[in-house]
Amino acid sequence: MIPPQLTIHEAHRLLKARKLSSVELTKACLERTKELEPKLKALVTVTGELASSQAEKADQRLAGGKGHPLTGVPVVIKDVICTKGVPTTCSSRMLENFIPPYDATVMEKLNACGAVIMGKANMDEFAMGSSTEHSAFFPTHNPWDLSRVPGGSSGGSAVAVAADEGIYALGSDTGGSIRQPAGFCSVVGMKPTYGRVSRYGLVAFASSLDQIGPLTKDVTDCAIVLNAIAGYDNRDSTSVPEPTPDYTRCLTSDLKGLTLGVPREYFVEGMQAGVKTALQAAIKKLEELGAKIDWEVSLPSTPYALAAYYIIAPSEASANLARYDGVKYGFSYTDTDSMWEAMEKTRQFGFGDEVKRRIMLGTYALSAGYYDAYYLKAQKVRTLIRREFDQAFTKYDALITPTSPTVPFKIGEKLDDPLQMYLSDVCTLPINIAGVPAISIPAGFDDGLPIGMQVIGKPFGEEAILKVAYAYEQATEWHKQRAGI
Amino acid sequence: MDTLVFLPTLTHPTGEIPLNPPLEIVPFLSAITIVAILKRAMDYETVIGLEVHAQLLTKSKMFCRCSTDYASAPPNTHVCPVCLGMPGVLPTINQQAVEYTVMTALALNCTISDYTKFDRKNYPYPDLMKGYQISQYDAPFGHHGWLNIEVNGQKKKVAITRVHLEEDVAKLVHRASPGNGSYSLVDVNRSGVPLMEVVGEPDLRSPEEARQYLIKLRSILQYLGVSTGNMEEGSFRCDANISIRPKKSQELLAKVEVKNMNSFKAVYRALTYEAERQRKRAAEGKKLSQETRGWVEDKGITVAQRSKEYAHDYRYFPEPDLAPLVLSKEWVEAVRAKLPELPEARRDRFLAQYDLPLYDTNLLTGSKAMADYFEDCLKADKASPAPAKEISNWLLGEVSRIINANSIDIADFRKKVSPERLVGLLALGKKGEVSAAAAKSVLEEMFASGQPAEDIIAQRNLRQISDSGAIEKEVMEAIKNNARAVADYKAGKKQSLKFLVGQVMRATRGRADPGLINELLLKKLEEV
Repeated sequence: MIPPQLTIHEAHRLLKARKLSSVELTKACLERTKELEPKLKALVTVTGELASSQAEKADQRLAGGKGHPLTGVPVVIKDVICTKGVPTTCSSRMLENFIPPYDATVMEKLNACGAVIMGKANMDEFAMGSSTEHSAFFPTHNPWDLSRVPGGSSGGSAVAVAADEGIYALGSDTGGSIRQPAGFCSVVGMKPTYGRVSRYGLVAFASSLDQIGPLTKDVTDCAIVLNAIAGYDNRDSTSVPEPTPDYTRCLTSDLKGLTLGVPREYFVEGMQAGVKTALQAAIKKLEELGAKIDWEVSLPSTPYALAAYYIIAPSEASANLARYDGVKYGFSYTDTDSMWEAMEKTRQFGFGDEVKRRIMLGTYALSAGYYDAYYLKAQKVRTLIRREFDQAFTKYDALITPTSPTVPFKIGEKLDDPLQMYLSDVCTLPINIAGVPAISIPAGFDDGLPIGMQVIGKPFGEEAILKVAYAYEQATEWHKQRAGI
Repeated sequence: MDTLVFLPTLTHPTGEIPLNPPLEIVPFLSAITIVAILKRAMDYETVIGLEVHAQLLTKSKMFCRCSTDYASAPPNTHVCPVCLGMPGVLPTINQQAVEYTVMTALALNCTISDYTKFDRKNYPYPDLMKGYQISQYDAPFGHHGWLNIEVNGQKKKVAITRVHLEEDVAKLVHRASPGNGSYSLVDVNRSGVPLMEVVGEPDLRSPEEARQYLIKLRSILQYLGVSTGNMEEGSFRCDANISIRPKKSQELLAKVEVKNMNSFKAVYRALTYEAERQRKRAAEGKKLSQETRGWVEDKGITVAQRSKEYAHDYRYFPEPDLAPLVLSKEWVEAVRAKLPELPEARRDRFLAQYDLPLYDTNLLTGSKAMADYFEDCLKADKASPAPAKEISNWLLGEVSRIINANSIDIADFRKKVSPERLVGLLALGKKGEVSAAAAKSVLEEMFASGQPAEDIIAQRNLRQISDSGAIEKEVMEAIKNNARAVADYKAGKKQSLKFLVGQVMRATRGRADPGLINELLLKKLEEV
């Protein structure tokens, strides 16, 4: 096995024993990245020099016996998370030249662990999309089939992990943006409970839905990264002062005594047969591992989640993206004497079509006379959905669904059909609407294309879903398969 | 034959004649028309509602930790990623600002909402860093309150619609380009300073009522210590909604919003002008349009502002970055218990406690700083306090004169002359060490130099002359030099005595004891 293929816990064992240095590991990852990037295009920025100097410091720390499990381990950061002194573009022309003067809270935490930041990952512009095709720079390619999308919006992060460019990555998830690409690329991706991880420094798409989470090669790594980034932050009023357990301690391979529910609304019309078959097999496996399965769970409001999501998320986005006016930072249209024209043209040329589409949707939904019919109603639907989850979690320890109704689709296939594209997130976005945690883990392949299984937990029930995911992972080999690239 | 006629000014609600603007001159049509115009103009009443924004005196900004002490700081030095509206930043609520707003709402007799939240008010402008302002829409901290005003001895209760909290915007500085155009600079220091908005009901019926409302509101904020209330420096701002309606009707003609008034006087003048303008248009049968008008101070007029910039749909929605606030009854009651004595209560107490005339009491308690100064004077000499009325006379007389002459306030005066020192001066007067006339110039000198009374009296040789030998000499001199006045006195013109006293006073540079001069003069005049 070459060093970039290591998991965090495998790399940590070698680093701690000084059988591998962070400098060696980092160099190997950077070389592999250099080799693969022309084909994959997962990264917007490669921070080679920064990574090298961080690796040197990490080695000193490890030599002193003070290593954290993340010390010296190369990580890729979705380019929507602010990194002090390193460009943070959101894959948008608008922020192509934006260098944040501050670090996101998660970056401060990773830096405190001695992490090695090796690059910033490509994404759909401002995290709006499900294929990473909406990057203003270039699309990212799925390592399992280069003609297919990696999912999105954290496509670059998922590909960097799946193709072993980095050991792990951070993504952000507003409607499935971590889990759907994790499923499409056969890696582990978690959206923690809303409020579990600080959003300070995460460039906002939809504030009440956004959450940062890990993309990793296995469930153990997911728990390690969550340990590092979770916790209350007094700079984020929506982060929750709940105690943070050690998530690695819940990883046991026995599911006896757990009751799992399978909500039928998630097996939607248009779901591919291969996905359905793989999920049924995966759920049977969970039953073999000792879990009690209820196949007849119903969450009747689920079909309304997509509509509610496409009101709430664009509404919040329309305000969140109002700050990009060319006055303070980022792209600025200057070929005019008129202040208003400068602001309008900055936005006309700085934003891509999908971003503009959502700003218009949100602006419309919030307009006088429409607020009650759209935004307020969507919030009511949100309350119903949340209640149904609350109700379900009085009976079930976790819920099991597919991550996406399809395997990765062809690049360009859905680009001109936004509604088809939006349907790609139909299984993941109700989870953001409810604010609960969910993880996607590799659950098989259909004709060589990855399939993800989603495990959904109650608020702050990350331990339960990690446990289910870990037991399944230990009993299967899907996560060990590598894209032949 | 056409002649010219001035439109009536009698319709002015307070009966005063506005100084500005110069009255418009319109062609005379017929006597009947004029009578009709007069009659119609008199039949309208003015309806005014005020929106006041006050910067709160917190140490840090509303949603970040930047200092609010930026008044004399260079541009863009009190800023951070949060108040600059950088990508990825989040707001956190300043608890002190919440407490100040609830204090104000309580002092304005508002109902305090137990559930409140912040909302985003969306509009594009380069002074607004995020493209939206964090404000409060449908759940303000306080609502349904009132405050009392008094105009011409008439008390009036003015309803308060709501008290809410928001953030201030950056400051734009407009500059002319070397060419023909202009450009603007953005100073972000002010961005994010806590701004409290007090919205009053349209209960005010004249510019004078509006002025009294503002004075009272500012006084309450100053008593609470939540705002400086300085209108000229922009920490206390007022926008007015003004319209007219036929008397006994509930139907307002077009509502006009007046902005850009930067002093109490400007508010009074602008509203006086605007009420008059609307009456004239109505009397002429012209249509009044709903619009925003700006007060142009140097011209003394309001002008219509471009409507495009102001015709906004603000698309309010709940601020997702801040959780709703639930104010517990216990907390609100704890805030209420901490409220300081407010202007009306203090006035009533002064009346009961100090036996002062109503006039004095109103003036002393109108400003918290003045009332504090007054009471500190009383406390300064516990053994033998100066009489309240004497202190009041000094504060409302000589001290107020110095304050007005120097365009300062009592707080500035206090920095130079502490209550203890003023009382010290009064004590010297009581002991006969300084005459009343000299004391005034001593106070002037105390204010100018910041020295205590004793030092000034000693340096400038102002100690009162109570030595009858020295005064007698000056009396003799006055009698000798003013033969005419002496003759008049002898002839029965008793006021000539005053003249002679004045001469002696002048000769002693006000230092001589006036009683002694009188006594000696009478005696010596008998002898002449």
